[in-house]
Amino acid sequence: MSGRTPNQNAWWLVLPVVLLVAFNAVIPLMTVVNYSVQETFGDNQFFFEGVTWFEQILHSSRFHDALQRQLLFTAIVLAIELPLGVAIALAMPRRGPWVPVCLVLMAMPLLIPWNVVGAMWNIFALPDIGLLGHTLNKLGFDYNFTRQPLAAWSTLVAMDVWHWTSLVVLLAYAGLSAIPDAFYEAARIDGASGWAVFRFIQLPKMKRVLMIAVLLRFMDSFMIYTEAIVLTGGGPGNATSLLSIDLVKIALGQFDLGPAAAMSLIYFLIILLLSWVFYAVMTRDEAG
Amino acid sequence: MARIRLKNLRHSYRREPGTGADWALQRLDLDFADGSANALLGPSGCGKTTLLNIISGLLRPSEGSVWFGDRDVTPLAPDKREIAQVFQFPVVYDTMSVYDNLAFPLRNRRVPRDAVDRRVREIAAMLDLGDVLDRRASGLSADGKQKISLGRGLVRSDVNVIMFDEPLTVIDPQLKWRLRSKLKELHQRFGITMIYVTHDQTEALTFADRVIVMNDGVVVQSGTPVELFERPQHTFVGHFIGSPGMNLLPATFDDGVARFAGQVVQTTATPGAVAAQSQLQIGVRPEFVSFAGTGIPVSIVKVADLGRFRVVETLHAEFTIRLLVGDDQPLPAERAWLQFDPAFTHLYADGWRLGERPA
Repeated sequence: MSGRTPNQNAWWLVLPVVLLVAFNAVIPLMTVVNYSVQETFGDNQFFFEGVTWFEQILHSSRFHDALQRQLLFTAIVLAIELPLGVAIALAMPRRGPWVPVCLVLMAMPLLIPWNVVGAMWNIFALPDIGLLGHTLNKLGFDYNFTRQPLAAWSTLVAMDVWHWTSLVVLLAYAGLSAIPDAFYEAARIDGASGWAVFRFIQLPKMKRVLMIAVLLRFMDSFMIYTEAIVLTGGGPGNATSLLSIDLVKIALGQFDLGPAAAMSLIYFLIILLLSWVFYAVMTRDEAG
Repeated sequence: MARIRLKNLRHSYRREPGTGADWALQRLDLDFADGSANALLGPSGCGKTTLLNIISGLLRPSEGSVWFGDRDVTPLAPDKREIAQVFQFPVVYDTMSVYDNLAFPLRNRRVPRDAVDRRVREIAAMLDLGDVLDRRASGLSADGKQKISLGRGLVRSDVNVIMFDEPLTVIDPQLKWRLRSKLKELHQRFGITMIYVTHDQTEALTFADRVIVMNDGVVVQSGTPVELFERPQHTFVGHFIGSPGMNLLPATFDDGVARFAGQVVQTTATPGAVAAQSQLQIGVRPEFVSFAGTGIPVSIVKVADLGRFRVVETLHAEFTIRLLVGDDQPLPAERAWLQFDPAFTHLYADGWRLGERPA
């Protein structure tokens, strides 16, 4: 280093970003942390409660049930959307006039506002007037998602698959498009089977984008709220009360701000932890 | 292994090709002797990769047929042709080890395990990959990856032909030279027909017994390096091969004698072979031009010392003529006269060497 004193004024340039992050992340988060350790009464009276709410949430069977439903839901949609998305991407044309048509068709579900998706599927699946519900009943299936938990779950999963598989398709397609032709040519000359081409060329080359797909789909499905609340409202009973729906019920329905804040933090930590696990597992062998 | 013949071949990437420029490959017949080392040489876009992909079966020719021995393989897919091809940029299977990469073409053809092992280790040793066999292929440098690509091409002993599409582009110069000698060595050891595509004349001339020069989808000459040097059939070969390239000078031809700027020049052209209206050029390589007491008067413009010899640039009227002079020979003072060696001075009509123009 030279003997010159560095100009410290440059720190001011960081200020806008610091302010932005403070307002949209740190301050709201700290508000939640603040609520999570206090009891609130009217007139803005607060009493420190320590970890009481955390203990209460972690021991409540209601939270356990919601968490289990959430994990099950996320596991099901990931298990369907990833293979399905990859399969569709593989089936899409690689070049030619159909490419833009396919891409636009695929992007369509992603462009619809989430509450509209929920409303659409709600009406679509209504047993008396909805196309899906009515048809199923006409075909002899006893289907009513407002009363049967299994029907509600199936509809919820179908809606999520319809809404989000496109995202996996587009990411996987981007990964596939980045593979140079020489790889396919070399594989043909090496006598590789179609499965070997997928296993040793396409899948490894898609790995990075698929990791992004897994992370995005995991986080989004774990936080699903809007579509589900519009479609089933958490019912019938509590059958489809996923974590976020339950959280809103506690926070705004019962106005238990302390427990709701504690639950939010636990919820947040679970997502953070699981995302990290996914990331660590999927990038594990890249170092070697 | 087999002799490879291309019959009446023509290819266009357009669906309904019309005029000449629509054809990536103009009509051609080529013959690759069994066990020969061939180079396809030409500038980028001259059709050499197209030709290669037609031989390997990655591309189906618009017209004509490909024969391996006495079998027409035109409709066969690449994996049915028993060929190997190495591409310009390394193609490795990232998730496999180096060993598995090399074994892949053999395993796909259900070669017994011990035969695979023997062959993989042999090829790995030859390419100096022995130490990294257990490493993941994705962790290697570009050089290393291209060696794997080469290895996968060489690992099969039953192939009809191995094709190389500018395989050493990404390799650094020192290793380039070593790998080229390795390929040559492999060719001599196993006697497999090899076709080597390149735009680098040094690579072509050092690797191949026969060099096929292409330009604009046309095979302009096919012959030994010596033939290409001494008797270029086309002015393109004259200036593409050799450094510096052939001198090309405007000429006239009357009474069986070629003249350049009024001076009679002895050439290899036979009298009476010239069609009217064609554009004539005298072509002579700098190696076959020398200073003399009489001949074409020139002035010396520039001298470039290349070590064992010098490239001397001279001027006659507005025409530049280059010649090579050994570093032990004295250069004349400013005014000088040039002589062309008549055995290597050719007359070209519309680019083609006289008497050699194809029907």
